[in-house]
Amino acid sequence: MLDKLNEIEKSALESLQSITDSAALEAWRVSHLGRSSPLMTVFAGLGKLSKEERPAVGSGANRVKVALESALEERSKIVKSAALAKSLEEDALDVTLPGRGIHVGRLHPSTQQLRKVMSILADMGFQVYTSREVETDEYNFQLLNFPPNHPARDMQDTFFVEAEGRGDNPILLRTHTSPGQIHAMREYAATNPDNPPSIRIALPGMCFRYEQITARSEIQFNQVEGLVVGENITFADLKGTLNDFARRMFGQDARTRFRASYFPFTEPSAEVDVECFVCGGKGCGVCKNSGWLEILGCGMVHPVVLQNGGYDPSRYSGFAWGMGPERQLMLRYKIDDIRYFWGNDLRFLEQF
Amino acid sequence: MKIPISWLRDYIDLDGLSVEDIARKLTLAGLEVDEIKYAGLPMPEYKDGEKHEFKTSGIAWDKEKLVVAEIREVKAHPNADRLTLLDLFDGKESQTVLTGAPNIFHLKGTGKLDKPIKAAYAKEGTTLYDGHAEGLQLMTLKRTKIRGVESYSMVCSEKELGISEEHDGIILLDDDAPVGTPLADYMGDAVLDISIVPNMARNANVIGIARELAALTGREMRKHGNTETGKQVKNAVRSPQSVVDLVEIEITNPELNPRFVMGMIRDIEIKPSPYRIQRRLRLAGMRPINNIVDATNYTMLDIGQPLHAFDYDVLVGRVGQIGNLSNRKIKIITRAAKDGEKIKTLDGTERELTSTNVLVCDEKSSLAMAGVMGGEESEVTAKTRTILLEGASWNPIATRKTAQQHNLPSEASFRFSRGVHPAMAEQGVKRGLELMAEWSGGQIAPDLVDVYPLKPKDPTITVTTKDVKRLLGIDLTAKQIADLLTRLEFECKVEKDSVKAKTPPHRLDIGEGVVGLADVLEEVARVYGYDRIPETRMSDSLPPQIGNPKHEWEEHARDILTSLGVQEVVSYRMTSPEREGRLVAHDEYVALANPIAPERRVMRRSLLASLLENVEKNARAESIAMFEIGSVFEPNKNNLPNEPRKLAIAMTGLRTQSAWDVKDSASFDFFDMKGRLELLLSGLRLSGISYTPTDGVTYLHPSKAAEVKVNGQTVGVFGELHPLVKEKYDFEDSPVIVAEFDLDALQSAAPSYGITPVSEFPPVLEDIAIIVDESVAAERVEGLIRQTGGKTVTRVRLFDVYRDEKIGAGKKSLAYSLTYQSEKTMTDAEAAAIRTKIVKRLEFEVGAKLRS
Repeated sequence: MLDKLNEIEKSALESLQSITDSAALEAWRVSHLGRSSPLMTVFAGLGKLSKEERPAVGSGANRVKVALESALEERSKIVKSAALAKSLEEDALDVTLPGRGIHVGRLHPSTQQLRKVMSILADMGFQVYTSREVETDEYNFQLLNFPPNHPARDMQDTFFVEAEGRGDNPILLRTHTSPGQIHAMREYAATNPDNPPSIRIALPGMCFRYEQITARSEIQFNQVEGLVVGENITFADLKGTLNDFARRMFGQDARTRFRASYFPFTEPSAEVDVECFVCGGKGCGVCKNSGWLEILGCGMVHPVVLQNGGYDPSRYSGFAWGMGPERQLMLRYKIDDIRYFWGNDLRFLEQF
Repeated sequence: MKIPISWLRDYIDLDGLSVEDIARKLTLAGLEVDEIKYAGLPMPEYKDGEKHEFKTSGIAWDKEKLVVAEIREVKAHPNADRLTLLDLFDGKESQTVLTGAPNIFHLKGTGKLDKPIKAAYAKEGTTLYDGHAEGLQLMTLKRTKIRGVESYSMVCSEKELGISEEHDGIILLDDDAPVGTPLADYMGDAVLDISIVPNMARNANVIGIARELAALTGREMRKHGNTETGKQVKNAVRSPQSVVDLVEIEITNPELNPRFVMGMIRDIEIKPSPYRIQRRLRLAGMRPINNIVDATNYTMLDIGQPLHAFDYDVLVGRVGQIGNLSNRKIKIITRAAKDGEKIKTLDGTERELTSTNVLVCDEKSSLAMAGVMGGEESEVTAKTRTILLEGASWNPIATRKTAQQHNLPSEASFRFSRGVHPAMAEQGVKRGLELMAEWSGGQIAPDLVDVYPLKPKDPTITVTTKDVKRLLGIDLTAKQIADLLTRLEFECKVEKDSVKAKTPPHRLDIGEGVVGLADVLEEVARVYGYDRIPETRMSDSLPPQIGNPKHEWEEHARDILTSLGVQEVVSYRMTSPEREGRLVAHDEYVALANPIAPERRVMRRSLLASLLENVEKNARAESIAMFEIGSVFEPNKNNLPNEPRKLAIAMTGLRTQSAWDVKDSASFDFFDMKGRLELLLSGLRLSGISYTPTDGVTYLHPSKAAEVKVNGQTVGVFGELHPLVKEKYDFEDSPVIVAEFDLDALQSAAPSYGITPVSEFPPVLEDIAIIVDESVAAERVEGLIRQTGGKTVTRVRLFDVYRDEKIGAGKKSLAYSLTYQSEKTMTDAEAAAIRTKIVKRLEFEVGAKLRS
C-alpha cells in the first residue's frame, strides 16, 4: 500500500511538471487531489484496512497529500507569474496613438484678455463700470471736450445712426468707452453733489470706428479704460499707477516710457510705450525693431470733463487711460491679422 | 509734416545732436517722428533685425564718390542721337560722362559753355538708386561700354540720390555750388516725418519745430521771421506806389475772417526757384512750380502761414470790366458764399458752394475759396508781372467744413482748420514778398493793407507752485516754472509763488481759467520732461468699493458654459436685415447713416442670428457648441435704442468627439442642449424651473422646442432649428440645436442657496419601469414619484424610454433608477413599501402599469 502511495506521488508530481496554464492546473488538482483521485481513494479505503496497517498508510497518505498540495501551490505560482509575464508583454500599447478628446469650451481670447486686465485692476481697487454701446454725440464727444467740428474728431472716424431732428446731438456708435467716464462721474456725483466721492473705476466694452475691415483695421474693438478722480491725484500718481499696472501685466522688469501726446479729454496727455516683451527691447519683428510697444494712451482728466461730470476742477483732479485687449493679444501672440477676432474660426479660438 | 534737417539748421544750432537724438527729443515731447528719411547725411547702419528706434529709409551719400562738378561742354555721342557726352570737371580732373538727360540735351554741340552747369557727379563705384527701375532699387555704378563709348560715372537725378521721385532730368545745381565739394557736405539732408496732433498745429512748420527743439535742448533760436524779414523788406528795392493806394479790404464777418493782409510786388519775372529751394520743397513733400508759387509754399512750410498770390493785372482787368478804374482802388471783400453760388477753382473744377464756405471776392465776383483753394481766373501764370499777395486768418471750423464738403484736403486747409494765429498773416506776407523779391527780381511796393478786426486773446495764465504740486506732483519754484515757459516764448512775470504767463502770439491752443491752467501745466510738464516726473502711489483713500454684480453674474455664466464644453464667440454688432432675416424678420432696426458695406448697415437685433453665422462659417467642423453673451439693439424712434443683454447657444454635429477607436456617430440633439441648460441654471442657483413645449417660436421645430420658465416667468426658449430655417444656411446634415435667453429676465430670478445633506447611511438603489400612454409627460411621472416618495427618495433618474409592440401602440415604458435614503440604514422592506405607494399613485394618477 505504501508503495502504491509512492507511486501515486511520483506520477502526480511528474505530470505536474509539464503544466503551464491554470486550466490544466485545475484539471490536475481534480485528478490528483479531487474526490475520486487515487489518493482520495486511499483515504476512503482506510476504514477497510487492518488496525495495524491503518496508522502507517494514513500518515503516508497525509504526507503525500501535503506534498501534492504544496507542489500544486508552487506550480500555481509559477504558472501565474508566467501568465502575468506573458500578459505584460502581450498587452503593450502603442503609446504614440493619439489621446481621446473631449469637448472643451473656452472663453473668447478677448474675454480672456479683458479678464486678465480687469483682475489686475480689481486688485488695485478699480470697480467695473459698464455703459451703453450706442451713444449720443454729447456723451461720446461734446462732454469729453470734443466740440462739434473739432479736428480731434478726425482721429476717431465715427459710425452715425440714422435719426431725425437731433441737430448737433446725433446718435452714434461709441468710438471709445470714455462716455462711461461722464456717466460714472455723474452717477457718483449725484450721491453727494456738494461733496462728490472719489472714483476708481475700470470701463471695459466694445467700441466702434468707421474703418475698412483689413488685416490692420477693424470696425469694432474692445477697450478698457481706467478712471481715477479724487482730491489729491497727480501726474506722478498717473505714472506710478500705470507703471504698477504695467509691471503686473508685462512682468516686474517691464520698463515704460511716457511720451507727450494729445487727447481732448485729458491734459497733460501721454502715450505709454512698454519695452518690447517679446525681445526684451533688443529689437524684433513685433516691435518693428524699435524696442518699444505702444500700449496705452493716458492723461490727467481735462478740467472741462471734470466739470461736465459734476466735479469742481479747482478742487478735484484725476487721470484716465485706455488700452485695447485685442492689440495686446496681437502683440503677445504675434497675431498679424485683426480679423481673426470676430471671424470666430474655431481653429483660431481653440488656440487660446 | 516733413521737416528737412538742413532747414531746421537755419534756425537752431544742432551740432552734437544726431538725427536720432533730435527725433527722440521731439517724439518724447509729443511731436512723434514716424519715419526718418535720409537723403545724403550719414545714415546709421542697422543689421537685419537689429534695434533701431525709428523707421528709417533713404541713402547716405559717399563723400569721396559723390561731389559737386561742373559741366563745361555738352558733346554729341558718336553712335547715339539721343545720348550726349559731357565734358565735366569734378574739382580734380576732367571726366567724360555719358547721359541722356533731356534738360541739357538742347546744349548738345553748342561748344564750350559760357557758364558751366553745376551738377551732382557720381564716380565709379557709387551706390545710389537706379533711376530707371520701378520703385527704389539700389545699384552700384560699374564701368561699362554704351554704344562704343566707355561709361564709368554719371550726373544724377533727384531720384537717383533719394531726394524725390523726379527722374525727368539731371539736377541742375545753383551757380554758386562749390565744385569738388562732397555733395553730402553741400546738400546732404535727412527728413523727419512728424505727426502733428491737433493742439500742436502751431508746429506744422519749420520754425515751430525749431522752437520746440530750442525749448527742449535749452539752445537759443537764431533770429528769424519777423525781425529779419522786416529788415530785408526795408532794404529791398522799392516801387514808388504804396499798395495802400491801390487796394482796400472789406471783411464782412470778422468771426469768419479775423485778419486780412495784402502786399504787392511788381516787375517780377516768373521762372524756376533756385535749386536749393526746389530741393527743400521736394524733401518737404511739395512740388516746385515757379518762383512765386514756391515762395508762398516755402513761407507756409517755414513759418506756418499759408499765402495766396493773385495776378494783380487780372484783378485790374476785372474791375475795368465793371467800370472806370481811374481813381478807384481794387476792393477785396471777404464773405460767406451764397447757397448755390459757383466758383471755378484753379484745379479747373467748377464747384457749387453753400453758406458754410467763405469766399475772397472783388467787386465783380468771387476770386478764391478762402483758406482752401484759389480761383482759376486770377491765378499766377507765366505772364504775371505784378503780384497781390494775400495773408489772411480764417475760421477753423468753416475751413474744416469746406475742405471736407468739397473733398479738398490741402496743406493750407490743414493749417487753417487747426488754427493759424492772425499775427502770422502779417509775418507771412512780409516773408513771402521778401522771397519773391529775392527769387524773381521784383520790386516790393511800400506798406501793407492790413485789416484786423478780431484779435485773439493771447490769455495770461497764473500758475502757482501749488498748482504744479497739486496736478503734476512735483516741486518747482516760480522761477523754474517761468524758465520752462519762457523757452516756449511765453512772457513770464514771477510774483512770489506764482507766475503770470502771457501766451506768445503764435499759438491759439491756450485757453482761459482752469482750462488755460491745464494747458500751461502741460507745457511745463513737457519741457521739464515727462521722464523726470517721479512715480508715486495715490495718496487718496480707496473710494467706495461698490462692485458690479451684473457684470460678475455674466462672467459667472460664461464660466459655467465653458465648463460645459461650450465655446465662447464674439460677433460683429453690425449686420443686415437680410442676414438676420434668415432666422427672424424685423421691420425696424438701428440703422447706420454711414455703413461700411450694405451687409453691415444695421445693428443686430438677434444674438442667435449672429451666432448661427459663426456656426455656418465653422460648418465643416465635426462638432460645434458655441455661445455668445452680448447686447442686441432695439430701435427707439429717434432716441437711443434699448440694449438688452442676451445669451445664445448653438450646438450641432457629433455628440462624442471621434477618435481612432470611437466610432459613435450620434449627433447633438434636443436633450444635449437641455442637459447643458439644466446645469447652467443650477449653476446659477436657480430653482423653480419648468420646461413646457412651445410651437410659438417661428424658427424652432414646432414639436422639438420648449420654453424655459423660472418660477413661472419665461426666461428663454430652446429647441431644434426649424427644418425650413435650417435650409437657408449652409449647414451640414445633423440637426442644429439652439437656445436663446433674455439675460435681464434670467438675472431677475432670485437665486436659492443651500445644499442637500449627504447621508452617512447606505442607500437602497432600485429600478422601476412603468408603462404609460405616450401623452403622459415624463416630467409629470417624475413629479409624482418625487411627491409620493417624499424626502426618502433622494434621487430619481430616468434611464430608459422604450417602445415596442409588446408594450402596445401609443404606449411607452419609462424606466427609473430610484435612490432611497434615510437617516438610518434602510431595509429592503422599507424601500419596497415606499415603492408600492409610488406605483399605486402612478396607477391612479396617470394609469401607469408596472412593467414586469
